[in-house]
Amino acid sequence: MSGAKMVVQALIDQGVDTVFGYPGGAVLPIYDEIFLQNSIKHFLVRHEQGAVHAAEAYARSTGKPGVVLVTSGPGATNAVTGLTDALMDSIPLVVLTGQVPTFMIGSDAFQEADTVGITRPCTKHNWLVKDTDALAHTLHSAFHVACSGRPGPVLVDIPKDVQFANGTYEGPAKMKSHYHPQLKGDLDAITALVEAMETAEKPVFYTGGGVINSGPVASQLLRELVEATNFPITSTLMGLGSYPGNGDNWLGMLGMHGLYEANMAMHDCDLMINIGARFDDRITGRLDAFSPGSTKAHIDIDASSINKVIHVDIPILGDVAHVMEDMLKVWKARGRTTNSKALKTWWAEIDCWRKIRCLDYAADSKVIKPQYALERLEALTKDHDRYITTEVGQHQMWAAQYLTFNDPNRWMTSGGLGTMGYGVPASIGAQVAHPNSLVINVAGEASWLMNMQEMGTAMQYGLPVKQFILNNERLGMVRQWQELLHGERYSQSWSESLPDFVKLAEAFGAKGILCSDPADLDEAIKEMLAYDGPVIFDCLVEKHENCFPMIPSGKAHNEMLLGDAAINGAIDASGSVLV
Amino acid sequence: MNALNITKGTSSKSAYNLRSGHADLNERHTLAVLVANEPGVLARVIGLFSGRGYNIESLTVAEVDHEGHTSRITIVTSGTPQIIEQIKAQLGRIIPVYDVHDLTVEGPSVERELSLFKVSGKGEKRVEALRLADVFRANVVDSTLDSFTFEVVGSPEKIDAFSELMRPLGLSEMARTGVAALSRG
Repeated sequence: MSGAKMVVQALIDQGVDTVFGYPGGAVLPIYDEIFLQNSIKHFLVRHEQGAVHAAEAYARSTGKPGVVLVTSGPGATNAVTGLTDALMDSIPLVVLTGQVPTFMIGSDAFQEADTVGITRPCTKHNWLVKDTDALAHTLHSAFHVACSGRPGPVLVDIPKDVQFANGTYEGPAKMKSHYHPQLKGDLDAITALVEAMETAEKPVFYTGGGVINSGPVASQLLRELVEATNFPITSTLMGLGSYPGNGDNWLGMLGMHGLYEANMAMHDCDLMINIGARFDDRITGRLDAFSPGSTKAHIDIDASSINKVIHVDIPILGDVAHVMEDMLKVWKARGRTTNSKALKTWWAEIDCWRKIRCLDYAADSKVIKPQYALERLEALTKDHDRYITTEVGQHQMWAAQYLTFNDPNRWMTSGGLGTMGYGVPASIGAQVAHPNSLVINVAGEASWLMNMQEMGTAMQYGLPVKQFILNNERLGMVRQWQELLHGERYSQSWSESLPDFVKLAEAFGAKGILCSDPADLDEAIKEMLAYDGPVIFDCLVEKHENCFPMIPSGKAHNEMLLGDAAINGAIDASGSVLV
Repeated sequence: MNALNITKGTSSKSAYNLRSGHADLNERHTLAVLVANEPGVLARVIGLFSGRGYNIESLTVAEVDHEGHTSRITIVTSGTPQIIEQIKAQLGRIIPVYDVHDLTVEGPSVERELSLFKVSGKGEKRVEALRLADVFRANVVDSTLDSFTFEVVGSPEKIDAFSELMRPLGLSEMARTGVAALSRG
């Protein structure tokens, strides 16, 4: 079997039916094999970065690995941002790149790049295959590594002569690997955690993307755990949906733009149970003032996440679903105890924080407030079978605050890397995976322009993605920081010479909708939802709205800013060096 | 895979006796990293150190099991206890890394380094160099009428001491292999 045919066969044997890619000289043999078969559908993107983000959203919304096929040199280098994004957010991807023939490697050949060298720091693992006989095994290993343990992107670089040459194909069953991360948590540690849960007066669950990566069972177990213990729960940006946003115990997202009650609960708790989150700097704020009085437990499948930035008292290495299952078993066997009297007081305290109503904003009858736009979008779409993607910036935080996620795998956003330009291709990947669902990309106009070429992909495959652009003609988050930190000197943070988005939509063959009056908003959103095809919705919003609540850089969770009135002198010199 | 090295502890709040993350003192640790001998594996290890800003004081690598294609990388590094733990966990995350041993904490170990010194000189200095070499049990592996090449095997400290002594006696070149280490017993 030729190497090129092996690639297609290995994908089929791994259960792959969707590939995002872009052809070029060094992958022509593989593209020829794709032409000759019908099992795998290939989606032609407009830029390789788009292929990787689309595959990320495909992976995150299905739980299956995303697959990307691109050519050598620029094809591979264009994929680097997507690979780094997937590595930071633990998204399983298998990226296949063409390479110049083995006998030309190192000669600065046309479209040659040291792909494995360039992508070594931004993949979980990568391979250069120099022998066709090793190709099948490498491809199956790639899927194994991408999906096992803490998921992540892998890359297989395949020289053109290896694609042409014949070799022996072997199926996935013959794949051998020493890589088998530990799934079960240590029972002594789990018992220690359960003991702490039984007596805790102010416990809180702090969950992250790991719960979603662990699969639907993990979300189910989390819900059972929260319901059984009646502990409050908050989540990172990446973990939204693992516990329902309309659940009674839900505090909302935590962190820099998290809800007041979530951050206060984290600060004042006496037992913090971190499940599949990683104490990211957007979450912790000032490290030495992070939840000073709590015993901290951390469940993570990646040993390097434990004690990386925050020293924890009860580390548990393992898959969160396996560990939560054992937690429930041990807790039930020991008599299902919680400190219910103290919990009642804790909930009363939390209710006081909730009464602050930190998401309230000044309504306006003339200008659309971005928060209002998202409230209306939520009201009009919450009953739909809905997937949300975002770009990066203020709109992303508002989307996390004002939209409700009741199920896992419904929320695709670039968390760790913060990649502007993620949303458009991500909406395409999610729509490919769920052709009959409503997919909305909540965007800012600046981010949206970064990968707008992918509207062509949406048109080509009839993907009815809705691009909901909160257009403030500003790089809103940059502008907000310049207001807070740099004396309102708005250096390069406005969007000059914006296209007419309605005409742009029409140029692509999509529908364009412009809305600038709050009174028209509902009808305009309904028009977007009713249209059977891609829509670019240009929602002109208040230009100088700031995103609150906010924990300023270098401050603690209980030093949160709740509104514009509080911002004077909120960030000192040491805070301003942080990002 | 390198699991967390957890032992039951006695402190009131901790279930496990983890080393304090707050110590500011830098410690020097010798790590033995067993890896699959495949292309790029050394680059992965070195890239981890440079990318995350960890120190490398010395690094040696060679295949130790030709049939199993296993190489042993010995790294001497330094950092706070928290950083050292993080280095070990990060190394354990690299797919072709089979095992990570911290020889500094896993009981007694022996460390040896091989070094070559070229010392040029005549007369009294030449005699003194040869006399000191004898004290350090250095071997003369090459000699000309106006130079000696010594081979010294020992701990890094011994080699440092020897080089200090040779400097005024005409040390013109030296080469060191870096530390190779094994646990004792």
